Amino acid sequence: MSKEEKKPGWKELPPGAVVTEPGSSRKYKTGDWRAFRPVVESDKCVNCLLCWVYCPDAAIVRNEKGVEINYDYCKGCGICAKECPRLAIKMMEEKK
Amino acid sequence: MTTVCMTGDEAVAYAVKQGKVDVVAAYPITPQTIMVERFSKYVADGEVKTEYVCVESEHSAMSACVGSSLTGARVFTATSSQGLALMHEMLYIASGLRCPIVMGVANRALSAPINIHGDQSDMMGSRDSGWVQIYAENAQEAYDWTLQAFKIAEDEKVQLPVSVNLDGFIISHCVEGVNTLEDTSVENMLQTRKPMFSIDFDKPVTIGALCFTDYYYEFKRQQVEAMRNAHSVLDRVCKEFKDASGRSYGVLDAFGMDDADAAIICLGSTAGTAREVARQMRMQGKKVGVVKLWLYRPFPVEEITAVFKNVKAVAVLDKAVSFGAQYGALGSDVISALYKDGVEPKPKVFNIIFGLGGRDIQPSDLEGVFNQALEVAESGVVKEETVFLGVRE
Amino acid sequence: MVTLKELPTEELFTSGHRLCAGCGEGIINRMTMKALRGPTVIVAATGCNEVASTIYPYTSWCLPWLHVAFENAAAVASGVEAAFKGMARRGAWDKKVDIIALAGDGGTYDIGLQALSGALERGHDFLYICVDNEAYMNTGIQRSGSTPLGADTTTSPAGSSVPGKPEWKKDLIAICAAHGIEYAATASPAYWSDYITKVRKGIEVNGPAVIDVISPCPLGWRYESSLGIQMVRLAVETRYFPVYEVEKGKYKININIAKPKPMEEFLKAQGRFAHLFKPTVRKDIIDQIQANVDNNWNRITKLSTQN
Repeated sequence: MSKEEKKPGWKELPPGAVVTEPGSSRKYKTGDWRAFRPVVESDKCVNCLLCWVYCPDAAIVRNEKGVEINYDYCKGCGICAKECPRLAIKMMEEKK
Repeated sequence: MTTVCMTGDEAVAYAVKQGKVDVVAAYPITPQTIMVERFSKYVADGEVKTEYVCVESEHSAMSACVGSSLTGARVFTATSSQGLALMHEMLYIASGLRCPIVMGVANRALSAPINIHGDQSDMMGSRDSGWVQIYAENAQEAYDWTLQAFKIAEDEKVQLPVSVNLDGFIISHCVEGVNTLEDTSVENMLQTRKPMFSIDFDKPVTIGALCFTDYYYEFKRQQVEAMRNAHSVLDRVCKEFKDASGRSYGVLDAFGMDDADAAIICLGSTAGTAREVARQMRMQGKKVGVVKLWLYRPFPVEEITAVFKNVKAVAVLDKAVSFGAQYGALGSDVISALYKDGVEPKPKVFNIIFGLGGRDIQPSDLEGVFNQALEVAESGVVKEETVFLGVRE
Repeated sequence: MVTLKELPTEELFTSGHRLCAGCGEGIINRMTMKALRGPTVIVAATGCNEVASTIYPYTSWCLPWLHVAFENAAAVASGVEAAFKGMARRGAWDKKVDIIALAGDGGTYDIGLQALSGALERGHDFLYICVDNEAYMNTGIQRSGSTPLGADTTTSPAGSSVPGKPEWKKDLIAICAAHGIEYAATASPAYWSDYITKVRKGIEVNGPAVIDVISPCPLGWRYESSLGIQMVRLAVETRYFPVYEVEKGKYKININIAKPKPMEEFLKAQGRFAHLFKPTVRKDIIDQIQANVDNNWNRITKLSTQN
């Protein structure tokens, strides 16, 4: 069992439960939710970006190469694979 | 300083006008109506720069106020009775999100049965909501406290909403000569609001996050601290107000308490009647006193124990009933304060429930209460812990 | 018409939120963020969206965002708008700010309808987006005013006596259009370009605008998570969820479905309608649903030709 970081007390915490760091949820990796992982077959991919626009978790990243899956956050929902018009994404079982 | 003939509601509206409030979002309900109507006229005549939102319910009124307050604006609203009850969940949220909203409450009885007249059951029903609660005796106090309320609310050590309570019809609709401050005086006293956090495009924050079991408690503890701070902040603001107006305020006002054997404590307009009765009785040699409590939340325990130090009997007057409890709200608070260790000797205390649904209280009634208290002071025995004054048996 | 490549890559709604895998709201949030034109404030109502994206101390939002309560997104948004106006008048504010209220069908159709109606009548300048997954999903799939006839929810369960929700759904856009607002529209994330265009249009309207966007819920509708977009494409292709807009009172169908797929296809695909097929086929209910869908389509078609 991992040792939990000691959480700040009421005197330290900023007032009113305001989260001051935008996008801080990036510290929370949801990748371990997956049972299946999407794998992009780059030779089939035409960079249409449909997988990117349909990903609920912003786990598909656009770069110079085309699209890349960010496995830190991908929950394995499979929408990208289903929507890809070239069937360039395969859902593979997540190995333990 | 100018003296203007105004009702309590009008006095509050005038204070809001001078307070350079950015947003007023309110819904009309008797007997608060004049506050919003008078303010609407200021808006329509271009006398204020306030954005006035005629919301479709009191719940939306407080919701809009919270939205405005979180945007960084100075905000005011007003309500009574059912309206206050309707916005009940929002009161807790306004406090939890640390919005320094000021609200005028023309206290009116809660249904059922429906009744439009003045008692304090509405605000008492929301006394735990995390609002600083102040009670005014008359229109002058309603005006003065509304101005001070903004300063208390917006203080960096408080950042909590404040309600200024005035008895429905008795104060809200009664005309008095109110001494008003000059606009510049108010402007100097109430500087521009400096929000603790608000909508900011350079540093975007998330407000209203979900806090699980691991965080909620800490934020409530912060609110407790802020509420405690409101007491000392109020003292400081009252000093500043005295410099500007010549009028002295604090957490309570004591009349004849130096040598009183028996005293009445109450909130709001009844204090005025009680003081007049006490004055007459003292002329006859009866040692009676009146404590008018201005600050109800946070409850000023120190000042209460100090003011009742030498008194033998206290009659706590509650203009609301707390069903199922031995005593009314004020009664419970006073008795708990006096029960503390170190308060010796403890005065005898009994509770008077009165004025429900605007049932009138006459000087003769209060004379009766004083006499009852003097009897208790004499005998050391409380025969009746809770008395329903004015009800037909 | 914008292309996918032209859409900004910045993710103002970012990863790490705890929406279910395949949640339509995650997709819709990201698409919404692509349509902004300048400083924007999000005013969210209580619901899956709010709860999963802002668990203290985390937030998935990279722009000013506030949540106050469940039924008052429109009232809070009114207050935010009023504050900007009031503060601008005293010279404390000079930016043009767009306000987007984001609420589920829970916080819109039922408990939130009063606040929405008030805000629309008062004409505040904001866009109200209803992410519509057709039930109170966050609290465990209870029926809402948007739940369709025959759907199994926990408060309108498919029982031996009553087979799912007995009532059809409210027409939110008709209600909003009746307030005389400049723009009201429906949308489906399966038609991303139409949705993003509509969000931008709604933002640009000077006054209130409302978009009801259908949001697939894998848990509540009971389908395999990868089929989310297919589900809300089918919703449109069957004419169950017509994609149209009402601009200054004029109706216009944006995605015309000349040859609709039968409702049965939509119903068969989701577990919330499974009881309509097993143990017996409830032809009466399926026919009723089809009739409602046909009548609704005809109504909208008629309205759009009346211009």
